[in-house]
Amino acid sequence: MKRYSAFAIAREAARWHMGWERAWRSPTPKAKYDVIVIGAGGHGLATAYYLGKNHGIRNVAVIEKGWLGGGNTGRNTTIIRSNYLQDPSAAIYEKARSLYETLSQDLNYNVMFSPRGVLMLAQTHHEVRGYLRTAHANKLQGVATEYIGPEKVKELCPIINLDGPRYPVLGALWQPRGGTARHDAVAWGYARACSDMGMDILQQTEVTAIRQAGGKVTGVETTKGAIACDKLAIVVAGHSGVLAEMAGFRLPIESVALQALVSEPIKPCMDVVVMANTVHGYMSQSDKGEMVIGGGADGYNNYTQRGSFHHVEETVRALVETFPMISRLKMLRWWGGIVDMTGDRSPILSKTPLGNCFINCGWGTGGFKAIPGSGWGMAELVARGEPGPLTAEFGLDRFREGRFIDESVAAGVAH
Amino acid sequence: MSTRLARGGRRIDRSKRVEFTFNGKRLTGYQGDTLASALLANDQMLVGRSFKYHRPRGVVASGPEEPNALVALGDGARMEPNQRVTTTELFDGLSARSQNHWPSLEFDIGGLNNHVARFLPAGFYYKTFIHPRPFWKHVFEPVIRQSAGLGPAPKDRDPDVYEQVYAFADLVVIGGGVAGLHAARVAGAAGLRVLVLEQTAHWGGRSPVDGGTIDGQPVQDWIDATLQALDGMENVTLRTRCMAAGIYDHGYMIGYERLTDHAPAPGMPRHRLWKIRAAQVLSATGAIERGLSFPGNDLPGVMLAGALRDYVVEYGVSAGDRTVVVTNNDDGYRTALALKEAGLVVPAVLDARPEATGALPEAARAQGIRVETGRAIVKVMGGKRVTGVGVGLQAGEGSILEEIACDAVAMSGGWSPVVHFWSHTGGKLVWDEAQALFRPDPARAPVGADGLPNQAVGGAANGALTLGAVMADSHDAISEVLRRLGKTVSDPAPAGDAPAEAPLHPVWVMPQGAGHKLKSKMWLDYQNDVKVSDVQLAAREGYESVEHTKRYTTLGMATDQGKLSNINGLAVLSDALGAPIPQVGTTTFRPPFTPISMGAIAGEARGDIFQPLRRTPMHAWHEAHGAYFEPVGHWRRPYCYPQGGESHAQAVHREVTATRTSLGLLDASTLGKIVVKGPDAGRFLDMLYTNMMSTLPVGRCRYGLMCSENGFLMDDGVVARIDEDTWLCHTTTGGADRIHAHMEDWLQCEWWDWKVYTANLTEHYAQVAIVGPNARKLIEKLGGMDVSKEALGFMDWADGTLAGIPARVFRISFSGELSYEVAVPASRGLEFWEACHAAGAEFGATAYGTEALHVMRAEKGFIMIGDETDGTVIPQDLGLGWAISKKKADYLGKRAQERVHMTDPTRWQLVGLETLDPNERLPDGAYARASGTNANGQGNTQGRVTSSYMSPTLGRAIAMGLVLNGPSRMGEVLEFPTVDGRVLSARIVDPVFYDKAGEKQNV
Ligand SMILES: Cc1cc2nc3c(=O)[nH]c(=O)nc-3n(C[C@H](O)[C@H](O)[C@H](O)COP(=O)(O)OP(=O)(O)OC[C@H]3O[C@@H](n4cnc5c(N)ncnc54)[C@H](O)[C@@H]3O)c2cc1C
Repeated sequence: MKRYSAFAIAREAARWHMGWERAWRSPTPKAKYDVIVIGAGGHGLATAYYLGKNHGIRNVAVIEKGWLGGGNTGRNTTIIRSNYLQDPSAAIYEKARSLYETLSQDLNYNVMFSPRGVLMLAQTHHEVRGYLRTAHANKLQGVATEYIGPEKVKELCPIINLDGPRYPVLGALWQPRGGTARHDAVAWGYARACSDMGMDILQQTEVTAIRQAGGKVTGVETTKGAIACDKLAIVVAGHSGVLAEMAGFRLPIESVALQALVSEPIKPCMDVVVMANTVHGYMSQSDKGEMVIGGGADGYNNYTQRGSFHHVEETVRALVETFPMISRLKMLRWWGGIVDMTGDRSPILSKTPLGNCFINCGWGTGGFKAIPGSGWGMAELVARGEPGPLTAEFGLDRFREGRFIDESVAAGVAH
Repeated sequence: MSTRLARGGRRIDRSKRVEFTFNGKRLTGYQGDTLASALLANDQMLVGRSFKYHRPRGVVASGPEEPNALVALGDGARMEPNQRVTTTELFDGLSARSQNHWPSLEFDIGGLNNHVARFLPAGFYYKTFIHPRPFWKHVFEPVIRQSAGLGPAPKDRDPDVYEQVYAFADLVVIGGGVAGLHAARVAGAAGLRVLVLEQTAHWGGRSPVDGGTIDGQPVQDWIDATLQALDGMENVTLRTRCMAAGIYDHGYMIGYERLTDHAPAPGMPRHRLWKIRAAQVLSATGAIERGLSFPGNDLPGVMLAGALRDYVVEYGVSAGDRTVVVTNNDDGYRTALALKEAGLVVPAVLDARPEATGALPEAARAQGIRVETGRAIVKVMGGKRVTGVGVGLQAGEGSILEEIACDAVAMSGGWSPVVHFWSHTGGKLVWDEAQALFRPDPARAPVGADGLPNQAVGGAANGALTLGAVMADSHDAISEVLRRLGKTVSDPAPAGDAPAEAPLHPVWVMPQGAGHKLKSKMWLDYQNDVKVSDVQLAAREGYESVEHTKRYTTLGMATDQGKLSNINGLAVLSDALGAPIPQVGTTTFRPPFTPISMGAIAGEARGDIFQPLRRTPMHAWHEAHGAYFEPVGHWRRPYCYPQGGESHAQAVHREVTATRTSLGLLDASTLGKIVVKGPDAGRFLDMLYTNMMSTLPVGRCRYGLMCSENGFLMDDGVVARIDEDTWLCHTTTGGADRIHAHMEDWLQCEWWDWKVYTANLTEHYAQVAIVGPNARKLIEKLGGMDVSKEALGFMDWADGTLAGIPARVFRISFSGELSYEVAVPASRGLEFWEACHAAGAEFGATAYGTEALHVMRAEKGFIMIGDETDGTVIPQDLGLGWAISKKKADYLGKRAQERVHMTDPTRWQLVGLETLDPNERLPDGAYARASGTNANGQGNTQGRVTSSYMSPTLGRAIAMGLVLNGPSRMGEVLEFPTVDGRVLSARIVDPVFYDKAGEKQNV
């Protein structure tokens, strides 16, 4: 692989950029791979990458029904934070966040990780207590967060309205090393590195069936023919239920649309990410200048990648209230993705009832931030056949045993 | 130069001058101008700078597809960035500023990027700025952010107001051109409820400019007659300045009406958002002209041919004195003819096709216009303005055969139908090879809830590009819609007549044989600076999917969302990949059609009414008595009532003390009150609550717990049995709606055959908690009911009259004191509340808020949903085993509570916590640390604080918490590290701090 650098750009400029290599090959499938990963989203690609990098397993194919990174990885609002409440979550999200810090250098691809800081607003007394609890938990978990007062919030984010008549800002949980990254670049960077290790990324190839014999997986059938494998990792987010059915088991997952939108680009006016959970909205500003906005998930299950207008309306209301200056901005682009929700809002990284078949899903509305950590843990699980500490608590058995890792607790109920 | 012509301009009223400013310069235009036409009339061609290279940008279009000419409109709090001048109507006092440059529009330092453009190809930032690591955040990113972004950021709160309306229609026609108007008239005559949305201020669309006749009448006459007919139809609603923004599932649509943008009227709504439910939608949205990709095609002065024609015909404005027309189709000649007719010079029409023999080229020739075929523009001369073009062979590589001086270039690369709305809900497109355009595929239409097609497309939007074809197609489309709605069409199809046009010749790169250098000067996306070479680079590097190319190059991601650039870019990509265009496919069309204001989306819901506001009947009293409110759900509840300069803590202290020693009054109206009634109501409640409700005697109350299917405690409250088959369930304030929905969920989805009826009566009653040693005395003073210990024992309730007001009295207590909760009709709530205060004056009756309520319940060791519970806690963790019926075969959560982890003896359990230093309050949410770390290196824990208060009653800090094996570790001391680095020590104690024997309420 030719390395990317300012020098390489200068060299190529001299010949009108005719010498750039393909970022990833466009291979024809082999008959068999050691490991097949289904789904070339961030999590699938990162799984493949760390299989190669950490475990030396390089005879790997990543099979993607559309274009790589075209699922939720290419549709999310790119918030990265690790200020989660429960220990297992904080561990895997913090692992991911710390890997993000050096990901551009690891991949030799600028993923534009921007640790500009994430503010989670507390707008009820109940929420204040919730974030204080998270701050205490984070301290013991080794996650650097801080509970701050309204004056500091205003200082970090001058465009915020602290004194809304309904939900004045009482404080915030502040994670200074949280931030954003460029979502496409994460997928592309991993894909380029995987391809460079000799792995095959098979795009426009849909898995249509999973082959098994004697309780173990033997391969997959795809729209481009059957491909054999020793081990299989299913990493398909919103379509996990569909793939699980092919493999013969059921998942405690619901697939719903989550929407996001951006405004027209304006000059920089916001240097942090702000999440306002009481009113259901969050916002940051992209490097292009667009205000990137998201809110709650839609209330009904579907696969359309479209959402309903009233959800967007609620989100925009919440943000106009929180940031009155956006009222005269215009909504430019708006889209949806199908997110895979578990009952406890925590992911599943697990063995499955089918031998040598593993699943990584359930990241729901918040898995972009987890990509490197999830890939790291999943690769370990696939390579060894047993979970390591990062993934130990995220097994499917937790639903049977009631050992939930509930991350919706901060949003419990007001008395 | 661009200027106002001495005559012409159908839209403008030359008798009405309009003053406006651009970058502070005072200019004038006429009533009827757009800002674009007025700027051009003042020779202001340069209006902005591009996004990446900060290249000079002029007006290119005349409609919503304009990518370049964006300004910051208005001043101060009314400033709106990124406003397209082509869709901005001129008004007196309008003030506009150009964007994205420093220090000035004419001289922009950012333009330096232009000189290093070669080093900044598509995706360059993915390949560089990688080292050194901290530089991205601290150096590169800030610089990039500063140079990116377009308009200035608004600073203030928007002073304008917005509104929303709802509408229902059998048919919504999008687009008020001739195709749309005809469809609307036919549908109107058939008796349908029709709504016609037109985004501009005018009816008729492009046709009046393009000419021709309909049914023998000049187009404008036909439009006037049709409008008159429509005006007479009560079932037809016509809206101008109202753009369809998006279509959703099942015929739901959003319209965006700009009410006062063209004539600011402070206080009047600025925009109106239409929420429309339509049985059928007909897109008559026309087509958008495409540019041509020749080197230097982005210089100010290069414009769409149709736009140049619009400015001349509609506004009497010429973009240049000498205009070279470059085209690959016959329509481009219309511009040449229109310019010529206006007395302007057209040095040549350069037609890329090998020959041009149609009626329009012939007409041009007849006018003495020089027509050159097989020709291309291979160079554009000029800096901030076109000064001439180099002409070469379209089939060539770019050598210049001739230079022609000119100050404008009119380009036409063909037309692309506006298929957005068809595509929003999944309608598919076909590639029309002959016309080189995507049009809707009638076989794969979007469908409604019944699975049948609910959209149709007519006219240019359907690929019918000549007037004859437009009218015939519109008629077919509306006939199909009427058939779907069970109506028949009586009218004949109107006959449109205009010169026949020869087929265009697709030209995606001009000249055909251009090398890399020229291709890096051919702009596709003017705003985002995406060139032909960028798309080719993306393809070479493997970004082959059209979505990859879009994202890698940012093609089509500018504020015009690729209206101008997408098809050209797609064709370049398909050529680079050697794959046919339809195989490469388009990117997804999504709402909104053009950007719509956040203000309109938010609508009236701002400030106080940003969410529904719920107030109790006593709200005004609370306000008058200085309450500090806290939001609880949509309610606002008094947190405390600070008096005479008290702090909140002091107020709470006073309220608690007054209640414990004499008499406190709480407005408890927000408490959820759900009536459950019917022959199966008892059975239903036995399933819903962990304890037995069916055996509760009439007249009695019972405290109940509700769990989720997963066994977790979700709500609690007192249930009263009203009569044989009626129960009244109290829920938490925040839980009322959720619990009611939860009940209905089970009744409707699982136990649909049970005879149970539920109703949420929360707002029907005002409820007052009368609490403290003097509670009974107060009620006796109010008079009307016997509330003695004997008549109304603990957990009894009774109906009666108090102070002349019908009342239901529950003898329950959440504070440990003698306490009654009295429900009265909401309409008499305030009266009752005031009566309580009047009668209670002698006992020093004190209103208390939610915080005092919390403190008192914690002193008494009562749990609070949301504090002691968080969705992971089961009743067994909270020592509430007594409230779980052992007799019942089942209840929601029972099976879950038997799972391994739920019966695990190491679950954390409820205890009280007392800091060793009584003045030191444990912080909310602090964790008790245990020794060592876990496998992930995180500090081990053995418990946490769930509630923590300074207790006025006990004069010390108290807390409740969940602790590993807590109840069996009484007296042990735990360590709680705080976020500020200290460690507090607290002793495990019984969670009931106050009146352990329960004597206070037993009086
Ligand atoms: C609007 C929105 C906003 C979000 N915001 C954030 C945020 O701010 N921060 C954050 O951390 N997270 C966010 N998320 C969540 C985040 O995007 C996802 O959790 C994450 O991207 C999931 O990555 P993935 O690799 O698991 O799934 P995906 O990226 O969806 O990849 C799954 C892939 O599997 C492929 N696939 C499916 N079926 C098959 C098959 N049969 N054969 C082959 N391939 C198949 C799909 O085509 C897809 O490419 C957001 C999500 C959305 C939708």
